[in-house]
Amino acid sequence: MKQLVFGCAVILCLTSGAPIKNGYEVGDTAKDFKLKNVDGKMISLSDWKDAKGFIVIFDCNTCPYSKAYNDRIVALNEHYVGKGFPVVAINANDPESSPGDSFDKMVSYSKKKGYAFPYLVDESQSVAKMYGATNTPHVYVLSRKANDLKVEYVGTIDDNARDESSVTKKYVEEAIDALLAGKSVPTTKTKAIGCGIKWKNS
Amino acid sequence: MTQMLTDLFKPNLNRKIALAYRMKYAFFAILLPLGYSASAQSGELVKLEKLQQIIQEEKNQIQVINFWATWCAPCLKELPLFEKLHNDRQDVRVRLVSMDMDLDPDPEKVRKFVLRKKIQSEVLILNERNPNAWIDKLEKGWSGSLPATLVVNNKTGKRKFVEKELHDGDLEKLIAGVL
Repeated sequence: MKQLVFGCAVILCLTSGAPIKNGYEVGDTAKDFKLKNVDGKMISLSDWKDAKGFIVIFDCNTCPYSKAYNDRIVALNEHYVGKGFPVVAINANDPESSPGDSFDKMVSYSKKKGYAFPYLVDESQSVAKMYGATNTPHVYVLSRKANDLKVEYVGTIDDNARDESSVTKKYVEEAIDALLAGKSVPTTKTKAIGCGIKWKNS
Repeated sequence: MTQMLTDLFKPNLNRKIALAYRMKYAFFAILLPLGYSASAQSGELVKLEKLQQIIQEEKNQIQVINFWATWCAPCLKELPLFEKLHNDRQDVRVRLVSMDMDLDPDPEKVRKFVLRKKIQSEVLILNERNPNAWIDKLEKGWSGSLPATLVVNNKTGKRKFVEKELHDGDLEKLIAGVL
């Protein structure tokens, strides 16, 4: 009986201790994923044959910080897609606890905002967990060499959520500009100030 | 059941109930001015340095500092827990620190919200932007989302920080952890 209890305790430890504080640090190799886009198609990063990297953004429809950054995210894609760094937005929020972030709402939101980039649903939340995303918007700038995806920057978009005209540090742009120039990224990590991702059963 | 009903209408018991009610109202009458004085100072704008000073200088009470915003749904869900704590525990000082200013420059919106919701706990409005510049000074483990709650006991030097929506009993556990 004692052994049985001990066995159960070990299993509990392994399962309950797993999801916290993992995810990617700068310098890690990121894994590709396959998620459903708002147009119904399944999308992977490997679908882009010529990309030099990606601006992966964990985002949603409802968070006031996501809304404040929405135009800037659209502009990031416009500015960098031609340079080989497309935006790939992912919504991982559980629609049960955040009904405004359901797949149908994602479809209408992306149409309304004129997203020229994929807006993917991470229904199982496994990609957000794998990357270690906690907030929205939470940016991961990845570079790609051969088929390896390297994490170059993790964090927020810039240093002024409220007022774009008062921004003094454009972290994401500076990271990509440095990568395009073959230089090292000046700031590799910031905190992704925003809303917590709405996890299932929490 | 019938026995209980007849009991209730016994004259003696009725007097007791009436007395209990009077005492209850007298109790509220004493509390009322205290409640007003607490809400009168609500909504003060503070810089980070001032907030740090407030947290450091509180020597008598355990402080429960909740970081919230008017737009944050889970913050509003857990708000009654802090209000209850504020009303129930003399040994605990509840401070609700609004983070609205990072997105919206108008503190009046927060103050109106506080009045409308009849919030009794002390509310401070943090007058800072760009949390990346200062968030680590408050708490290194804070990823930058709301709600977040800091429990500080300056007598024991212990502190606890959580960055999630709290539920019944969570605050009591956090407080027990800083004793």
